[in-house]
Amino acid sequence: MTNLSIEMGGAGKATSRLRRGRMPLGVVLAGLILAFMAVCAVAPGFVAPYDPYAPDLLASLKPPSTAHIFGTDQLGRDIFSRVVHGASYSLYIGLCATALAVAAGILIGLSAGVAGGFIDLALMRVIDVLLAFPGLLMSMAVVAFLGTGVTNILIAIAIASIPGYARIVRAQVMVVRTSGYVEAARVLGQPPMRTLLRHILPNTVGPLIVLSTLGIGSAILQSAALSYLGLGPKAPTPEWGLMLSEGQGYLRRGWWVGIFPGVFATATIISTTVLGRYIKALTDGRA
Amino acid sequence: MALAKELITRLLAGAAVLWAAASLAFIVLQLLPSDPVQVIYGADSTVTPEMRDRIRADFGLDQPLWQQYAGFVSRTVTGDLGTSYQQRRTVVSIITSELGSTITLASLAVLLAFSMAVLATLATAGRDNWLRRVISSLELVSVSTPAFWIGLLLLTFFSFQWPIFPVVGDQGWKSLVLPVATLGIALFGTLSQVMRNEMDQALEQPFALTARTRGLSLWAVRWRHALRHALIPALTIAAETFGALLAGAIITEQVFGRPGLGRITLQAVRNQDIPVVLGVVLFSAFVFVTINIIVDLLYRVVDPRLRARA
Repeated sequence: MTNLSIEMGGAGKATSRLRRGRMPLGVVLAGLILAFMAVCAVAPGFVAPYDPYAPDLLASLKPPSTAHIFGTDQLGRDIFSRVVHGASYSLYIGLCATALAVAAGILIGLSAGVAGGFIDLALMRVIDVLLAFPGLLMSMAVVAFLGTGVTNILIAIAIASIPGYARIVRAQVMVVRTSGYVEAARVLGQPPMRTLLRHILPNTVGPLIVLSTLGIGSAILQSAALSYLGLGPKAPTPEWGLMLSEGQGYLRRGWWVGIFPGVFATATIISTTVLGRYIKALTDGRA
Repeated sequence: MALAKELITRLLAGAAVLWAAASLAFIVLQLLPSDPVQVIYGADSTVTPEMRDRIRADFGLDQPLWQQYAGFVSRTVTGDLGTSYQQRRTVVSIITSELGSTITLASLAVLLAFSMAVLATLATAGRDNWLRRVISSLELVSVSTPAFWIGLLLLTFFSFQWPIFPVVGDQGWKSLVLPVATLGIALFGTLSQVMRNEMDQALEQPFALTARTRGLSLWAVRWRHALRHALIPALTIAAETFGALLAGAIITEQVFGRPGLGRITLQAVRNQDIPVVLGVVLFSAFVFVTINIIVDLLYRVVDPRLRARA
């Protein structure tokens, strides 16, 4: 019997490992990678050995060597330096787009949840309709209106992720509203605005912050995709997605052109996801 | 009878979503600062005021706003999505001419992703071993890796390093392999994660234990009893999967230079050809609503408990 239960219920071990409080190796690694990316974003000159814009046509498409550890691109620029400088674009767009979307999501979700009635119904139906569109398609449609560029894809990604956050906030408000402490505040005669700011808002935002950690990763993924499609920054900006689309024509002559920007993008996205899931698991366990 | 009633409710709700989507599209068109005449002829063109008026009349822009709205919604309902600014063709004819290529790519990719997800789920649910850790890591890589980079890696290795598959162009099934693999790999992680999560829970339920004590092997419990539970969340995210597919197709078609819905969307976005952009958006809303209705009906097939309740 004990043998059987072990064979059936192995999945429970993962949570018990978490509860022991030791940080998993993957999470430590993710933290280190993100710290490195942050240094690259804030002080790229500190990490990058060359000017990311300086062409050297005599040294174009050189394979990785001690002088150029990631090799050089079609114009002879040092790929490592360009990839390092690229971190700032992805992190900037990922963080700002998520912050914007979360703020708008809180505003919309809170209004809907608190107002109730017709406003709630109308807002939520609009959200439902917006959720019907794939995120990338929606941000592409926004870019069609605003035009291309870093700021515009940032806004586009933010707009595309607002509906998801708004719905989560609204659902959370519904839970908090019926809880004992909100009831108590109302019975004690606290003004509604004070209840909203002191009780409902803090208890709604907590879970949202955790989820937005995961959102940063997908915002970075989206920004790389939009840039790859040619809707983001223009050449010669060292943005990861743009570098890959520019390098695509040279893959036959140099595999390294198509590898390293993708490695940096994927490592950043995986790390935010791993870290986000860890934080989520920690807070879920506490609740 | 209950089924017919539910179907009607579903259809009405779907129609409401489409109506709202069309209205939203109309509002967006109105808010747009740009003038279609400018988009068609360029900003610095020498169009006489008379010609400008004629073009505006052609697009119905001289009518009062409510008439434009009524016309827009009724045309949308009858499947008329307007005319492209750039191509002088109807949006519907542009979409239908490119749709086949995208459907081929997407359906093969779903088949690949779904088969991989079922295998991964059957092999790892309810277990805590090295295989599960390996497959979980692969899923994480699959959901976190930009689809275009997967495509570029496949190109680098299977077209350039070892020229097995063609880089671009149409060479029958051979030119489908890498695009389908790209989209399939990108989709696999999400599907597999939700399916295993559900199967983990199913295997902890009493019926799984009962089946084991009846003498069924672990694999038989998984295959005959728990897999059905894992299919339910796969159905639930079917509509989202469609969204991921469309987004992935836009990127995959760009990587491999394939024709399709993605290509025309990207072209329209770059040229600010708003009727085509809105047409694709409305079309995707229509497919999304349709999939949701089908999924609701399919729940009854997969989950007998729902049939009993009705």
